Order: sequence, then structure tokens, then C-alpha cells
Amino acid sequence: MSSWWNFVQRQASVPEWAYPIRYDVENQVDIDVLVLGGGIAGCHAAINAARQGAKVAIVDKGSIRRSGQGGAGVDHWQAACTNPCSKVTPEEYTRAIVDSFAGYDCGPMRYIQCQESWDTLLDCEKMGVQIRDVRDEFKGAAFRDEATKLLFTYDYENRHTLRVYGHDMKPRLWREIRKLGVQIFDRVMATSLLTQDGRQGTHVVGATGFNVRTGEFYIFKSKATILAMAHPRREWTFSTELNGGSASFADLNIVGDGHAMGWNAGAEFAAMERSMGSSGGFAYIQYGVGYPDNTWYGCTMVDANGKEVRWLSHNGEELKSIAERFQPAPDQKFILMGGGLVGGAIAREVKGNYIDNTLTELIRKGEIKLPLYADLPGLPEHERRAIFGLMVGNEGKTRIPVYDIYTKAGFDPDKDLLQAPVMPPDSYRSPHYPAGSMVPQWREVFGGGLLVDWDLKANLEGLYAGGRMVYGAGEHAGAATSGRYAGRQAAKYALSAHASELDTKQVAQEKARVYAHLNKGRASIGWKELNAGLCRVMQDYCGAFRNEETLQAGLRILNSVKESELTETYAANPHELERVLECHTILTVGEMIMHASLARKASSRFLNFYRLDYPEVDPPEWNKLLPIRLEENQVKVRELPLDYHLREPYAPSYEENYQAHSGL
Amino acid sequence: MPDKVYMMPNPPTPNVPIHFNPTFCTGCNVCVEVCRTDVLMPNPVKKQPPIVLYPDECWYCGICVEDCSIPGSIWMVHPLNQSVVVNWKRKDTGEFFRLGMKNPPPPNTKPPAK
Ligand code: SF4
Ligand code: SF4
Repeated sequence: MSSWWNFVQRQASVPEWAYPIRYDVENQVDIDVLVLGGGIAGCHAAINAARQGAKVAIVDKGSIRRSGQGGAGVDHWQAACTNPCSKVTPEEYTRAIVDSFAGYDCGPMRYIQCQESWDTLLDCEKMGVQIRDVRDEFKGAAFRDEATKLLFTYDYENRHTLRVYGHDMKPRLWREIRKLGVQIFDRVMATSLLTQDGRQGTHVVGATGFNVRTGEFYIFKSKATILAMAHPRREWTFSTELNGGSASFADLNIVGDGHAMGWNAGAEFAAMERSMGSSGGFAYIQYGVGYPDNTWYGCTMVDANGKEVRWLSHNGEELKSIAERFQPAPDQKFILMGGGLVGGAIAREVKGNYIDNTLTELIRKGEIKLPLYADLPGLPEHERRAIFGLMVGNEGKTRIPVYDIYTKAGFDPDKDLLQAPVMPPDSYRSPHYPAGSMVPQWREVFGGGLLVDWDLKANLEGLYAGGRMVYGAGEHAGAATSGRYAGRQAAKYALSAHASELDTKQVAQEKARVYAHLNKGRASIGWKELNAGLCRVMQDYCGAFRNEETLQAGLRILNSVKESELTETYAANPHELERVLECHTILTVGEMIMHASLARKASSRFLNFYRLDYPEVDPPEWNKLLPIRLEENQVKVRELPLDYHLREPYAPSYEENYQAHSGL
Repeated sequence: MPDKVYMMPNPPTPNVPIHFNPTFCTGCNVCVEVCRTDVLMPNPVKKQPPIVLYPDECWYCGICVEDCSIPGSIWMVHPLNQSVVVNWKRKDTGEFFRLGMKNPPPPNTKPPAK
């Protein structure tokens, strides 16, 4: 009864658009701090800017109560190095993770996380998020601290990462934001940054946006602006026909709008050439198939005949007990996390234990028979319940999609083995089976983002960033802590800055760009076809293997699409308009990736970047960042040492820089 | 009697991620408000369940279900392309089960950890 198709069948008429259409309405909002993106980073940014006394507005394409990748929950909280049980220092953790990414990671953002992760979690607890085993369900478990009732994961000895009951994290942050009087702009897509005199590379003085339900226009005038808008997606693959948006960790709204608008304003970006593999729209239900990694870390895996797959330590030695999976080896101080680090190779000294890495060969030889199963019943009760009940139940997209639906269908973790996906043997080299089988030309942006200083400020005056907007990898606690820090810095700046006038010509030009698609008839193409076409350009000309000629050809084709199909794409309502404008973002980000790829004339294992014309992998002289930006619409590239944040004008240690900049 | 036949385009897939029971659903539209991608739209008929307009944009996060306060009003169904391979095996009997099978085992009523 509830689908559009049913409605039309019953009513014999098409329902009118559910919201008033107001393309002609223009709103202007004046504030101190503008936060673009209302996910985890954006919420913490808004909260902390407001607490400094700044007048704050927050903008999101969805509704902030539940939007963003963290909107569906969180089950673990990383790098809480200052929690009372941690045996790892912020310095040690930062070094371990930055080394694991061979230096291609944002040192300031990591260190800020290590310093503030625990305090941020305590702040969330004050907002009502449960972070302790208050009902003593896990009393006596090896991962529980009896005094504080905190629960840990991965390394039970060193206790830097917590298990939390974060299924309602986002509604709690949303309540706090409202309490603080932050102006909330739900369902508003930010489309551009406004700059001083409308010129690239100057002061950021505001932004534009429009409401994706009503179509009305917004002009924000701000003293400081925080980009908190996640990473690009839908760049190489787009296929809602398979599984809707289910197969991706990011929902459809997440495309990298912040990257595109930052780029157009002249902000500087690093590591845009980096990518990781993808299975297109063919991934499995996240956390909903058997596997031994991440949220399911430590789970016993058995083959079709019940034969157990071995667990190994970092040096390949077989672990004899389940308890050892959660302990560092005798020659390790601590382990960073369970299984693999997405997109990175964990340094040996901190590498976690893992399921037999010869599994692929064992499957080929017939010693291990597919399908594999996750043997939850074979785990001690506390471990089983921690995986299926605590983590699956609170992690994003698990409470209803996995815990509720599976248990209602009769799945019983005390009795049942949950099957792992059946894939070609090579696909078992990574323990993250739900990701599915990778195809080389299907990729995802990984870690490319805004280059920031120790204030989490970009090269443009008045522009700050948090979360996945920033260059380097991140996750929930990384987004929360960087958002928090950027919120403080932006407020401090805004409270002493003067508001600048907006450039009316820049606003008018942007408005014309936003609404142009409404005048196209349905005879032209729609946003889905445009998205899929752009993805084909990225797959073919900027896939797993690139060279000068393919990249130049790719740029030429993107430019040609910009002049023809992009301008012709239709939007019949504000929702379709949002999706078409996202295609502008996708095209712009594609150009950024190609320019960054042209700049790196070497291949790199760490960046997952392969040039056919420069096959040498990670030659030492290319171990550096190649930040890119636009200046008068020309691409400028420069070179920057990987550890730029520990060189002049900064102090040589993380600690000193943090003390000098954190404002605490 | 089959319904009157109209000219309709093919439905996008996945077809219906979210289902409503009009007996319980009050049409309060909380689910509409929390959905990040506007998969759900308010029903033009007041107090009636929302309309699933953009099933192909569903993230399958389950938030619309989690945030509805009226039990039995709304539920989510995974895309068949994914749910068809959600299988499990009872360890001691070797019986096989599948999400979506015709005669499923009785539900397990244990709630998530609190
Ligand atoms: S399903 Fe629940 S939340 Fe949605 S309209 Fe019905 S009663 Fe309200
Ligand atoms: S499952 Fe999530 S994305 Fe899908 S309709 Fe519900 S709230 Fe929207």
C-alpha cells in the first residue's frame, strides 16, 4: 500500500509535491560561525563554537537529528588515550597510526583525537549517551574495567579503544545543539563558498544554499566557516538499481560537496590522487554477514565442515586461545586495532592479530571448504554478546537492519553460525568480507581532503575543517574530536573578526547556476544517467592504472560533458535539483583527482596509486604531499614534506604544537 | 479481479524497502522527518502512512523504524540482492535458514545490550 506505485494505482492520480515550492524566496542569515555539514564533525563543531559564545548556524542536506554517516549509531570509540585505563600515550598512538599510513595522514588531526577523544566521549555521556556497562551485563569480562564499568575492544591489555552504546548518539547531539540555540538549517544543500570580492583564494565570508524540499535560496554571511561535509562518493561507481544506497558506508547525500566548493574558492587539497578498491554496488549487508574483522573482530571462523580457521599473531604464529586474540604479542607494546586498517598496512610493531592470511591458498587447495561461517556459539558468552548485541546493535546501520531483523527472523547467536559471503578465493585476502569482491577500475576516494594547519584552518582566511573533509583518514571519534577543535578555533577567530560584505555578483552567478536545471524539459537526461556517465569517465581514464595521456583525455571529456550534458540535465523538483547539483560536485571532484594524479609522477603502494608511465613504486624522492589548488582558475601544485606539521613554522613535537594551538 | 491497468514505468529497484501497517501507523511523519534522503514523503491524505517515493535512494539505515514510537507501524526489508545470501546454520543440528525463507524459525526475543 505504501509505495508511490500503489498510491497511483489506487488514486488514479499522481500526488502533488508534498512541500510548498518556493524557488523565488531568498533568505539571508548573518552569523559568526557557519557550520556546513551536520554530521558528527559538524555537530561537535557547532556545539563547541556556541559554547564559546559565538552565534552559530548549522546546515545539512538531511535532518541533523539523524543525518550523516554517524547518524545511525556508533559502537566503538578510538584513540581514547587519556581514559583512566589507557596504557598508551597520545604520542605513541599518533606515531603508530601515522607510520601505518607511511606518513600520508593528518598528524594534527590524529594527535588532537588522541588528546581529546576521551574528553569528547565524556561530553557525550553528559548529553545522555551510554558509555558504560551500567547494568553489569559484562561483569567479570576481560574487556571490562570493574571500577569504571568501561568496556574496551581490540587490545584488552592497553585499553585505548572503547565499546560504547552509541545507537542514539546523533539525537543526543541534536538536542544539545538546540539547547545551545544554534540555528538549524535542515534539508539545505550548501552549494558554494562566498569569498571576499568574489575572488578565488581570498577570505571566506559566507556560503549559499537551497532547500531540497522547497527550493528556496539561502545566503549565509559568516565571519568563520567550518567545512564538515565528509568525503567524496559516487565518483567511480553509481548503481542504485542493485541495492539502493545500501551497499555503501555513505548514504547518497555524501558526494564531497565540501571538496568541490572548497576547491572552487581556492582552498588547498592534499592526497586527492589516493583511492581504494570498491565492489561497486555489490557489497553485502554491512556487519550482517559472518567475518572476523572490525565490529566482529575476534570471532572464530569455521569452514563448511566445521574446521576452524587459525588465528595468527603479527609474526604469523598460531594463537592457541581465544583470549590471545585480544592481547599484544610478547614483543609488542600494544596493538592498534583488530584486523586490517582500511586503506593502510599497519606497522608491524602495532599490528593486531588476524585470521590466517593464507586462507586464499587454503581455499584453492581444498583444505578449507567454502562457505565459511562465523562461529558465534563457539565464543565465550561475553565475547559473543559483545559482538552480537553490544556492537551489532549500536554500530551504524545495525540496530534495526541486523540485530532486529535477524533476531526476529529467528537468528540466535547462542546457537547459529552466520555464513560469510561466498566469493572468489582472492577476495578473502582482506578480512573485511562484507565489502565484497573488488574490481580494479571501481574505486573510492580515500583520505584526500583539505590541507590544514595546527588550528585545523585551511589556506583561506576564515575557513576551518573537521571530520573527513580534512586530508587523512578518519572515523567517528576522529570526526567528533576534530569538529570540536575546529569549532573552538573558528569561534575564537570569529569573535575578534569583522564581518565582510558579500559580493552581489558572486551570489547572483551562483543563484543562476543552481536554478538553471529547472528550465530543462524532461526530454534531456536526468541526474542518474549523468552520474553513471561521469563514473564511466573516472573508471576508464582515472581507474586503478593511469597515465599522462588517459588523465589528459579524462579532463578533456569531463570538460566536454560540462559544456554539453551537464548543462542540459533536467530537474523537475527540488529533490532532483539537489541530485543534479551533486553531479556538478562529482564532476569537479573528478577534475581534482585527475589534476592530483597528473602531479604525482610516481606510483605508490601507500596511496594505492599506479601510473603506467611511472611504474616505480614509492621512490623516496616522491614521499611527499603534492597539494593542489586553484588560483585564477589555474591549477597550482606545490610540494610539502609529509611531516610539514612538525617543521617550521611549527614546533618539532606534537605535544608542543598542541599546547600552543589547542586553546585549552 | 485485477486492478485497472495503467501505463506505468517500471518500478526502480529495490522496490519497497519500507512497509507500513495502516492499522497502527498514525501518519505522524516522524519517519519522514528523520529520513536523510527523503525516501519517504507525507501522504496527501491526512493520518495515512507516508508514501515511499524514492526506494532507490534508501540507505537501509533503519532509523525510520527505530525512531517510530508505535510498534508494528513500520518495518524495513533488505534488498533481495543482499538478503538472499544471508544464511545461517544451527550449530548442533546442521539445519539451514535464510532471511526471507517461507517458514522461518521462531523469533529470538533477546533485546540488544543496554
Ligand atoms: S510509521 Fe510511525 S513514525 Fe512513521 S508516520 Fe507511521 S506512526 Fe508515524
Ligand atoms: S531506512 Fe533510512 S534511508 Fe531508508 S527510508 Fe528509513 S530512514 Fe530513510
